[in-house]
Amino acid sequence: MRVGLFVTCLVDLMRPSVGFAALRLLEAAGATVVVPPTQTCCGQPAYNSGDRKDARALAAKLVAEFEDCDFLVAPSGSCSGMIRTHYADLFADDPAMSTRVAALAAKTRELTDFLVNDAKLDRVPGRFEGSVAYHDSCAGLREMGTKTQPRALLARVPGLALKEMAECETCCGFGGTFSIKFGEISSRLADNKCGHIAASGADAVVLGDLGCMLNIEGRLRRRGDDKTQVLHVAEVLAGERPV
Amino acid sequence: MQVASMHFKERAHANLHDARLQAKLGNLQAKFVMKRRASLVELDDFEGTREAGKAIRNRALDNLDVWLETFERNATARGATVLFAETPADINSLVLEIAAKHRVAKIIKSKSMVSEESALDHAIEAAGLTVVETDLGEYILQINNYEPPSHIIGPALHKSKEEVAQLFHKAHGTPVKTGIEELCLEARGVLRQHYLTADMGISGGNFFVAETGSVVLVTNEGNATLATTLPRVHVAISGIEKIVPTLEDVATLMRLLPRSATGQSISNYVDVLTGCKGEGEFHGAEHMYFIVVDCGRSEVLGSDVREALRCIRCGACMNHCPVYQNVGGHAYGWVYPGPIGSILTPMYVGLEKAQDLPAASTFCNQCGVVCPVKIPLPDLQRKLREHAFERGLRPWHERLGHAAWTWLALRPALYAPGTRLMARVLKKMGGRRGLIHRIPFGSGWTEERDMPAPSGRTFRELYQQRNGVGR
Repeated sequence: MRVGLFVTCLVDLMRPSVGFAALRLLEAAGATVVVPPTQTCCGQPAYNSGDRKDARALAAKLVAEFEDCDFLVAPSGSCSGMIRTHYADLFADDPAMSTRVAALAAKTRELTDFLVNDAKLDRVPGRFEGSVAYHDSCAGLREMGTKTQPRALLARVPGLALKEMAECETCCGFGGTFSIKFGEISSRLADNKCGHIAASGADAVVLGDLGCMLNIEGRLRRRGDDKTQVLHVAEVLAGERPV
Repeated sequence: MQVASMHFKERAHANLHDARLQAKLGNLQAKFVMKRRASLVELDDFEGTREAGKAIRNRALDNLDVWLETFERNATARGATVLFAETPADINSLVLEIAAKHRVAKIIKSKSMVSEESALDHAIEAAGLTVVETDLGEYILQINNYEPPSHIIGPALHKSKEEVAQLFHKAHGTPVKTGIEELCLEARGVLRQHYLTADMGISGGNFFVAETGSVVLVTNEGNATLATTLPRVHVAISGIEKIVPTLEDVATLMRLLPRSATGQSISNYVDVLTGCKGEGEFHGAEHMYFIVVDCGRSEVLGSDVREALRCIRCGACMNHCPVYQNVGGHAYGWVYPGPIGSILTPMYVGLEKAQDLPAASTFCNQCGVVCPVKIPLPDLQRKLREHAFERGLRPWHERLGHAAWTWLALRPALYAPGTRLMARVLKKMGGRRGLIHRIPFGSGWTEERDMPAPSGRTFRELYQQRNGVGR
């Protein structure tokens, strides 16, 4: 099984450990992992800012890089959601590309969904001493159907206790460039999320999208919380810590 | 209504720091979100009902001209008069013409958001007539110098009990009340006199039923029943898109509307009003008019956001929207707030006056998953962002930023060293604690948040190193 790992531009730049964690998990699941070296960005920032032309150019590049894999897996609900649910819209007027995009979309997976439903991974390499609250990032939850998969996997991590927090499905306020264009509203949403995290009493908040992680951690630290860890689900499952 | 959507950010800022408003907005979860969720359990197949609701609304919109003609024919056959308003000004002049024809001095109104589009109450008063809002929320706003509504089904949602008590005390000259029941009784006492002395009643219309020529009104206070049947003249005002083909369609939509709106299995009142009072009949107005409103709707029908016209005005999208829940309805600056407003406002008043609204969304799609007629609200918001981008309405630095990023991301040979450099710069900016407190051109982020700094090396370079691959 040849799995193409789409690291995502944010992980590449901001948190490489998430990429290595995903790599380790995919290998633990028995996959032959390829990491196309020319990969960059899926085009989501352009697409969501109304720039279809740029989004199309980046999407076409990504399709060419990954279409010969059996699966495309990304440690992000947002980027995998972009490919699986939105690429088709970008090429609606291009029958040749539409066929290729549909084929890639059909084999695009969010990481935890792939591990549970495709690879049927039953033992995870990581261990974690403490309690974690899982935040359901929006695109993972509502575009990719990621809800039970990360919890099922976290339950198998030795030493880890899962605590549900209130409003775990409410947006953290990241929203890509929304977080800068409407910084004040975005920060308020993040602050509400931090309140729920604090109230849960968990040692760490765990989630599956780096954008949301940066948002939540950034607000936690500004609030003066230096203790609560903000970890990617892949990092916890793989036992990989930020490098 | 005066358009203030171009001031979204400033208004949102003010509302975020209004402690009293924030306390009221905090009730949205318990008041709407939880109740809706509980009421959906009653439906065997909510998703199937949503699909049916969507299909009914699409069937109406796909042949809207035919259904409008059918409606006009059937309503006319029952003795009503059907008039069409193309612009907000047309709504007001039609109402005033009808009022003049029937020598109307006092008008009572049940809730109509469409009449907010044309600021009808102001036009009525300017013509020297009296108008009284009878929906309790609308009445509260009217006696507060016509404050704009902040929610489509709970127009005075932002008002506290104490504020209402003060307004009643001032408007009615009565002692200040403290309990909600006392306040409601006081309002009832005042409004009853108006029902009995009004010459004309104006209502909105949740649905116009083509096969029967009826208007359907969904309310909880009973005011619409009184306002439309006691006065001599009844005028129902609603948009062209509110047409549904049959009464059976209404039955399906009514399984969705009250549950999505207020978490009720059925609203306290559902009025189906057909034609004028006939010979020997006891109930109803002697003269019945429909004002069927375009005001930008036919343009939406021909656009790439036409799905917004399926809306049945339940308010679920705003109740569940994290942005609305925090900034409140007034921030949006026109009649319809929240996700549906972020589509309708730019379409009805002009994108250049309201381009912040479709941009002010995280695309979390909570609105899309609760919408009872499956309007893909984030996709429509994105369409409007595309229009704004194509029309060059976005600021130059934003366009430049995107163009530069795409240029780099399309060139892996430059992207790799470029991001390596970025990683190192960001690491340095993060200092000992690994937190960036200020980002040039990124103050939106860092005003109230830090940016966790990266470790200084990209995944790409670490991966190549681990695998012993050269560049």
